[in-house]
Amino acid sequence: MKPASFEYLRAGSVEETLALLGKHRDAAILAGGQSLLAMMNMRAATPSHLIDISGVGALREIRLEGDTLVLGALTRHVDLEGSDTVETAAPLLREAAGQLAHPAIRNKGTIGGSLALADPAAELPACILALGATLRATGPSGIRDIAAEDFFEGAFTTALGENEVLTEIRCPAAAGTRTSYEKLARRHGDYGLVGLAARAEVRDGRLHAPRLAFFAITDRATLAHSAAACLDGKDLGDAVLEKACAALADDLDAVGQPGCSAPAKLHLARVLLRRAVARLLG
Amino acid sequence: MASEIEIKLKVNGEPVSARVEARLSLVDFLREKLHLTGSHVGCEHGVCGACTVRLDGEIVRGCLTLAAQADGAEVTSIEGASDSGEIADLQAAFHERNALQCGFCTPAMLLSADALLKRQPAPSREEIRLWLSGNYCRCTGYHAIVDAVASVAEARRNNSV
Repeated sequence: MKPASFEYLRAGSVEETLALLGKHRDAAILAGGQSLLAMMNMRAATPSHLIDISGVGALREIRLEGDTLVLGALTRHVDLEGSDTVETAAPLLREAAGQLAHPAIRNKGTIGGSLALADPAAELPACILALGATLRATGPSGIRDIAAEDFFEGAFTTALGENEVLTEIRCPAAAGTRTSYEKLARRHGDYGLVGLAARAEVRDGRLHAPRLAFFAITDRATLAHSAAACLDGKDLGDAVLEKACAALADDLDAVGQPGCSAPAKLHLARVLLRRAVARLLG
Repeated sequence: MASEIEIKLKVNGEPVSARVEARLSLVDFLREKLHLTGSHVGCEHGVCGACTVRLDGEIVRGCLTLAAQADGAEVTSIEGASDSGEIADLQAAFHERNALQCGFCTPAMLLSADALLKRQPAPSREEIRLWLSGNYCRCTGYHAIVDAVASVAEARRNNSV
């Protein structure tokens, strides 16, 4: 299908974006457009205005600030894939980006777009949750930092205010941690049936302070706190793994989809948890 | 108001100026305004890959790119890539190995395969499959396509040494 009619506006800076957002109540921000334009083509989204921020060069930068990896919101998936800085500081993001959708989509899709849209099946929200990143938003009253844990409020719903724009993603660098990225999909490049982005410190054959971020199972990217507590610092024998897998039922309020019921998703989440633990211990 | 906008871009090396509806996709612009109908419209939500074109040298989904976003850009469609001869080897290999039946996916498949070989000159068959998983073919079962791309990869490597 074709999208409903809208007005197209270009913003050359963050300030201009905010001014346009303030003026048009029903506007949507266009970054890479790889999800938004698909939704508009299906008329699942019908914004009155599109504010194209893809020309805001300041939002494209990838840099290190001390121990923090700073990603401009317009960092594309292909940029994550090809960046040595990202590989060193947050290899999880590079691994996830390299498998995200398809090459032609990775050439346009952005991390900020993926996070701000908050599709429950999207990969990058779970990754930044696993990494314990902070999202920086800019609004009329200035800059606001939002912890990844507080950012995703539900399906396609985030803590971003109507007049705010996501400008930066700030990830603590990976020093001393290992990460694992697992996704089950029917076809390569499809949205996952279930996915898991995980990070932990690994010492003496044990996982410490593991962060297990699941996607495509509940209404948002979700940290499995009880399962993580079962694993934290423990000798990872069968009984402990079994307990952690059982705990996922408390952590994940699974939502089924056609062809994959909620119980099936929970089962697959347990499969991925075991794989992730094995990989982290690697 | 800006529900229509002026764009200036290069398409297959030729300068083009047009006034387009904001909601017009790049692939519809190529097909309907410029009558370059080699780029195809399939699913219109980024899944099938039939609309693949090059935007500033990189392959993109023509259905998930607005014509408005191509303002100032260089667009190459299959017509341009074909006329320049740069993918003649891929075209010949597809022909030789029957890597198409109905041909609907072929223009995009060629541009996508070419992008792979530029990035990764020695892909394994598995890498070719993964890369082309974003381009659906409903006829061939993909084997002949993978054969064709693998043979061109090898030939290009042999020619470059």
